[in-house]
Amino acid sequence: MSLLIAFLVGGTICAIGQIVLDTTKLTPAHVLVGFTITGAILNGLGIYEPFIQFAGAGALIPVSGFGSAIASGMLAEVKRLGWEGLFTGAFEITGLGVTAAVVFASIIALIAKPRK
Amino acid sequence: MDPKTKAEQKKYQELVKGHSKKTPILKHVVLAFLIGGSICLIGQIALNYFSTVERTQGEAAATTLAFMIFLGAMATGFGVYDILGEIGGAGAAIPITGFANTVVASAMEFRREGFLLGMAAKMFVIAGPVLVYGILAGFLVTLIKASLLGLFP
Amino acid sequence: MAENRVGQQTIVFRNPPRIISSFATVGPDEGKGPLAQYFNDILEDPMLGQKTAEKAELKMLESTIEQTLAQAKLKKEEIHYYISGDLLNQIISSSFSARTLGVPFIGIYGACSSYAEGLGLGSVLIDGSYADKVLVATTSHYQTAERQFRYPIELNIQRKTSNQVTVTGAGVSILANAGDGIKVTHATFGKVIDMGLKDVNDMGSAMAPAAVDTLVQHLQDTNRSVADYDLILTGDLASQGKKMFGLLAKEKGISLGNKHQDAGDLIFSPQQDVGAGASGCACAAVVTIGYVMKEMYQGRFRRVLLIATGALMNALTFQQGESIPGIGHAIVLEV
Repeated sequence: MSLLIAFLVGGTICAIGQIVLDTTKLTPAHVLVGFTITGAILNGLGIYEPFIQFAGAGALIPVSGFGSAIASGMLAEVKRLGWEGLFTGAFEITGLGVTAAVVFASIIALIAKPRK
Repeated sequence: MDPKTKAEQKKYQELVKGHSKKTPILKHVVLAFLIGGSICLIGQIALNYFSTVERTQGEAAATTLAFMIFLGAMATGFGVYDILGEIGGAGAAIPITGFANTVVASAMEFRREGFLLGMAAKMFVIAGPVLVYGILAGFLVTLIKASLLGLFP
Repeated sequence: MAENRVGQQTIVFRNPPRIISSFATVGPDEGKGPLAQYFNDILEDPMLGQKTAEKAELKMLESTIEQTLAQAKLKKEEIHYYISGDLLNQIISSSFSARTLGVPFIGIYGACSSYAEGLGLGSVLIDGSYADKVLVATTSHYQTAERQFRYPIELNIQRKTSNQVTVTGAGVSILANAGDGIKVTHATFGKVIDMGLKDVNDMGSAMAPAAVDTLVQHLQDTNRSVADYDLILTGDLASQGKKMFGLLAKEKGISLGNKHQDAGDLIFSPQQDVGAGASGCACAAVVTIGYVMKEMYQGRFRRVLLIATGALMNALTFQQGESIPGIGHAIVLEV
C-alpha cells in the first residue's frame, strides 16, 4: 500500500511540474527552485510533515521534500539553540544529501566521461 | 528596409506563436507521472527497508535520500540519466535523483577545466539556485514561525 | 562607382571563382541521417581520441583541411588566404587551425552563416585578383556548442519541439581563379534583422526573417525570380524556421513552390529525436558541400541559391533578456 501511495503522490508532483514546464516560459531551474520554496513554505505551515507521514517517499523524494527538510532542520535547531539555529539548521537534515552529492560527484567525475 | 519597427516585430511574434509546433503536453505529463512515480516507488522500497534497520524514522529518511542520491549519481555516471530526463522531463528532474544528476553532470562536464576552477567551482552551477533559495525560504519561514511561536526570547 | 555591385546589396563576380575542391566531415549521428551517402568522411568517434571536445573539434577541422588540400593535390604554400569561422568563444577552432596551417588568416564570425560569409569574402579576394587560391572553412561540434550555449551533456533535460541540435562536422572548400568546379557568381551579404524574439529554444523562427530579407533583396538586385533557381537552400532554419521562412516569403509575394529546402531540416531524419532539426556552422557547410554540390555535378541542380543563416547572440545576452538578432548571407552557385 505504501508503495502505491508513494508512486501516485510522487508521480502527481512530477506531473504538476511538467504542466508548469510545458505551459509557461519557466525553465527547469525555475521549476526546481519553485518546488523547493513551496516545500519550505508548506513545512512552515505545518502541512508538509504530515504529508510525508502519509505519502512517504512520494513526498520525501521530490525536491519539495528537500525544501521542507531545510525548514524542519532550522526549526529544530532554533528550539535547541535559539536564534543561532537559523544559521546552523539549514544542513541539519539536508547536509547528508548535499555531502553525498559532492562525494559521489567527485568520485564519478574522476572515473566517467560525458558521452553522446 | 530600416530596422524593424515594434509593430512589425509584434506582428511576426504573433505569426510565430500561431505556427509553432504544439508541445505534446499530455504525453509529457503522463511520462513525467510514470517516471517520477517510479523513482518515488523505488524510494519507498528503500524507505521501507531502511525503516527496519535504522533506529528512528528520521534516520531512515536520511539514509533513503542518500541512497537515492547514490542511484542518481550512478545513473549519471553510466550516461543514462540524461536519457531518462529526455523522456521523463520533470519526472526525472524533480526527484532528488535529479538533484544528484545536476551536481554529477556538472562535475563531469567541467572536470576538463581542472579540479579546482573546473569541477569544484562549477559543481553547483545548476543545483546552486536550489540550495540558495531553499536556504533563504527556510530562513524566512523559520524566522516567522519561530517568532510567532515565541521561540526567541 | 562600384562596378561589380548591383542593386542595394549584391556583388556580381565578373570572373566567377571556382570551387576546385571541397570536403565534408560529419559525426556518427549525422552519418546515420538521410544524407549519409553524400558526406566525404563519417567519424566513428566524435571525440577523435582527444581529451576534450574542443580539441576534437579542432582536430576534425584540421583533418578536413588536409583532405581538401590532398584532394586538389595542393600544398598549403599555394593557398593565399585562409578564411574560417566557428561557434566557440573567440573563434578558437579557426584561429588554432590557422596556427597549424601557417597561411595568412582571416577569422570571421557569422555564427551558422560562416560558410556562406567565407565563400563570399573569398570570392571577392579572387575576383578582385587579390588572391589565386583561398581556403574557406567552418566547423561545429555538438559537445562544444552544448557546453557553451546550453547545459552539461549528462544533464537531464527535455528538448523542446523547436530545439535544434548542433551538427558535429567540418566543411572546407578551396576557391580558385582557374580550374574546374562549381562557379560562385553572386554574393548578397545580409543585414542583421531582429524581430524581438527571445526564445533560445526556437532559433529557427528568430533567423527566418533575416533569410527572407536577404532573399527578397537578392531577387530584387539581380532582377531574378525563384524560377531562375533550381534550389534555394537555407541553413539552418530547421523545420520550425523553414515554415516561418515560407510564410514570410509568401507575405512578400514570393512563391517558393517546391524549390526550397533547408539544411537543418535535411541532415537528420525525424526518427533521430532532434527536436526541429539541425544547426551549427557545419550544418549549412556540409549539406552544401555534400548534398548540393554532388547533386550539381550529377546535373540535378544547375543554379542554386544558398542562404546560410546565423543567430548572433551569445550565452550572456539571452540571460540578460536581449532578443536574438539573425543574419542571412546568400551565395549563388552555378555548374
